[in-house]
Amino acid sequence: MNHPITLTVNGVVREATVPARRLLSDCLRHDLGLTGTHVGCEHGVCGACTVLLDGEPVRSCLMFAATADGHEITTVEGLAAADGTLSPAQRAFAECHGLQCGFCTPGFLCTVTAFLRENAAPTDEEVVEAISGNLCRCTGYQNIIKAVHRAAELQAETRADKEEGAR
Amino acid sequence: MTTKLFGEPVQRREDARLITGRGRYLDDLGAGAPAAAFVRSPHAHARILDIDVSAALDVDGLVAIYTWEDLPGALAEPLPLLIPHPALTHGRTACPLAREIVRHVGEPVVMVVARDRYLAEDACSLIRVDYEILTPVVGVEEAARAVHLVHGDVPGNVGAHLVQEVPSADGRSAREAVETAPHTLAFRLDVERSASMPLEGRGVYARWDDDDRSLRVYSSTQSSTSVRMAIAAKLGLPLPKVEVIAPDVGGGFGVKIVHPWPEEVLIPWAARLLGGEVKWTEDRREHFVSSAHERGQVQYVRVGFDDDGRVLGLDVNILHDHGAYTPYGIIVPIITSTQLLGPYKIGAYRVEFSSIYTNTVQVTPYRGAGRPQGVFCMERTMDKIAAHLGLDRTEVRAANFIQSDEFPYDQGLIFQDGRPLIYDSGNYPEALRMLKELIGWDSFPELKAAAAAEGRTIGIGLGCYVEGTGVGPYEGGHVQITSDGRVHVSTGLTSQGQGHETVFAQIAATELGVPIEKVSVVTGDTRRFGYAVGTFASRAAVMSGNAIALACRKVREKALRIAADALEADPRDLEITDGVVHVAGAPSASIPLATVAVLSNPLRYAFDEEAQRATQFSGASSMDRPPIEEGQEPGLEGKDYYSPIRSTFACGMHAAIVRTDPLTAEIEILRYAVVHDCGRLINPMIVEGQIHGGVAQGVGGALYEKMAYDEHGQLLNASFMDFLMPYATEVPRIETAHLETPSPLNPLGIKGAGEAGVIPVSAVIASAIEDAEGIPIDRMPISPSDLHTLRLTR
Repeated sequence: MNHPITLTVNGVVREATVPARRLLSDCLRHDLGLTGTHVGCEHGVCGACTVLLDGEPVRSCLMFAATADGHEITTVEGLAAADGTLSPAQRAFAECHGLQCGFCTPGFLCTVTAFLRENAAPTDEEVVEAISGNLCRCTGYQNIIKAVHRAAELQAETRADKEEGAR
Repeated sequence: MTTKLFGEPVQRREDARLITGRGRYLDDLGAGAPAAAFVRSPHAHARILDIDVSAALDVDGLVAIYTWEDLPGALAEPLPLLIPHPALTHGRTACPLAREIVRHVGEPVVMVVARDRYLAEDACSLIRVDYEILTPVVGVEEAARAVHLVHGDVPGNVGAHLVQEVPSADGRSAREAVETAPHTLAFRLDVERSASMPLEGRGVYARWDDDDRSLRVYSSTQSSTSVRMAIAAKLGLPLPKVEVIAPDVGGGFGVKIVHPWPEEVLIPWAARLLGGEVKWTEDRREHFVSSAHERGQVQYVRVGFDDDGRVLGLDVNILHDHGAYTPYGIIVPIITSTQLLGPYKIGAYRVEFSSIYTNTVQVTPYRGAGRPQGVFCMERTMDKIAAHLGLDRTEVRAANFIQSDEFPYDQGLIFQDGRPLIYDSGNYPEALRMLKELIGWDSFPELKAAAAAEGRTIGIGLGCYVEGTGVGPYEGGHVQITSDGRVHVSTGLTSQGQGHETVFAQIAATELGVPIEKVSVVTGDTRRFGYAVGTFASRAAVMSGNAIALACRKVREKALRIAADALEADPRDLEITDGVVHVAGAPSASIPLATVAVLSNPLRYAFDEEAQRATQFSGASSMDRPPIEEGQEPGLEGKDYYSPIRSTFACGMHAAIVRTDPLTAEIEILRYAVVHDCGRLINPMIVEGQIHGGVAQGVGGALYEKMAYDEHGQLLNASFMDFLMPYATEVPRIETAHLETPSPLNPLGIKGAGEAGVIPVSAVIASAIEDAEGIPIDRMPISPSDLHTLRLTR
């Protein structure tokens, strides 16, 4: 049986009709054409499919699309500003060589984005803890850890600039 | 070279699309294409009695069901044995769909195509296959006993047997040298299976164009040119009617160099048969049970040495578990048995391996490709010699090093490329000195005593290796400068995250003297470059890097000749800076490369203003010469190939300090240090990244990863929940230092770096745990419960 659902994805209201068993990851990728969200293990271990559901990181391979009906979702395609300006996490990952093949990267970026919202100036330990649910087979995590710290710096700079602008 | 980009940590040009979700991985392509799924064998060894598809025929959205009996001609035959070798007397490969017998869990039996993957899997679940269960052969030593056979026509389960022997300088055999040495040790070592395990599995998307009678195939592969040739051959298509493209590939680490996979011929065949498109994306369980593994070996070692720890004779016998089939030949055990020698000169060496069939997933190269096992063997041997003689472990290694003035050094063996194992350059004593300094080797005893005083157990270990990189036969590069001043570079080999778009652009920009922003690089697309070998064996930078440099030099020469004509100057007086050709010391006498590109192509038709300069009435050409001179071609482009005489040998030395918990036997890596020498660095940031990733995979192999097969040949841990790969919490901070000993073999002086990081890690961690615990560590990986058990047997 198919279910009509309405999701707000990256600020845009999207409608789809999905079978009850359709995973959110498949719905995003194949029904809505947002292929930036990747699927690495199909059972919630690798974190590649992480998206933000009402701002919180979730594994989109562990959730049915129908369950997400009515919720707001941010995928990697929605992390940059509307004018294309990259988010602090995106800029930091490129600057610090925090990705190689890039397959796990969208999941890391979503995880880190949510984390830095909660903790704007994390310690090394907190960073490692925050990304410890995401697998990367390429980078050995060294530059991802660097990138999270750098993203925190860039986020602080962006905020300072905004406050400056507001004054 | 006026634009110095070679050697700089240039930021990656790939990243812009990958951090914004605009990458194009295999499953991102072909929206709406019918999907394939496979019924795979649930048994390790069985005879197929009957396949009943009737229940699946009613599945909504079903397109087609295929078994082996449906396959025509060459497609029904076994897949190619890619690398034949005289010692591989009993090579066997599987058919794309199982014919009569299945030989490992996961072997494809039936292919289903349906409207989407969900429906294809529905149909798979309704197909009944009746099997007669045969006795599975699991474990390399069990297989070597040959009570039961994997292939009825392979006696002893032995696919290949190879002996290589290098006598001592005074003509004695290794066995003689061991027997007569002042000291002798004999021991056995075990290395478990692991696997490449890229985050993106394999995948194939094929599109048959019925109007054009042509086939376009996308595959998540490490060798698109060779996949193309295999598809053309298997499907009986003319080669020009097949194109294969490796899109963004989510990691390879070796597993994607094997080809053609069953799916790489079946999906294109189905697309052609169905007159449209078909896509298959491997799921994670499929990747565990139907792609490839590596590493599993048992080694029996005998070594004879003198009072200084110099190895006089080394005799190694290796049982190599190659799984159910041998599509990639015996490359892995050949590499183990040759690269085992590392940076050392050994008095006399004998190595024998038997490559053995088991009813498990086939074994093909995974990053390191047999080297981690060889290095584990040699470095465990060095540590045992040191322990036996009461010498420092670094002293024993130093006593055996090839010295800097001994290159080129001939090890007297035949390497994996069929060529002599001759090291081109290196500086092993200096690398060891740097490593000792980086980790603080000489002051470690005080640290260890201080830790002991606080009730903490720590140990230090090291491992050294030499890696043959940049194996032939060749790669090519094509460079074209178009009339808009853009530089288009292509090479046939593929990319899986190594940053080729960046480093090859650095090479081209440096060679041509153009801004890197003008350069674009395409890899792994047979529409752009048809001749290539592939990305494996740490060869891409060496092979394609040099080929692209040589192609750029051709283009540069041509550009200078045309510009010299236009500027009425001597080409030898010309330089290129920022994309402009000018007379050295007289910048006003100049012509942009864009204009040179226009002039390089004499035209009849002006399609824009720039092009007018090259038309036949523009007065650009001389009346007493033909527009294209003999031996020349229109266009500012060039192609060249790099084909080395033999491999170039990189080296590295790693050290680690570990802590072992006295109660829980937990093993924690406190420090990890790497000294690495891959010749001249093109992009140090990218090289560092390669080392980091390699070390992390090495940590996985040393402490966590194994393939848990039970006696029935069932893989018990075929998921990311149970196969433990390191997260950020398991990888220590990696400290690195670089030594740059250029290779004399290639124009750029570079050596490969892709696999390096992973190679010595198991040896290093074993060495450190042994130092901490005082228990011989002869088997990897080692878990806390393994260590606990070892403590009990002490």
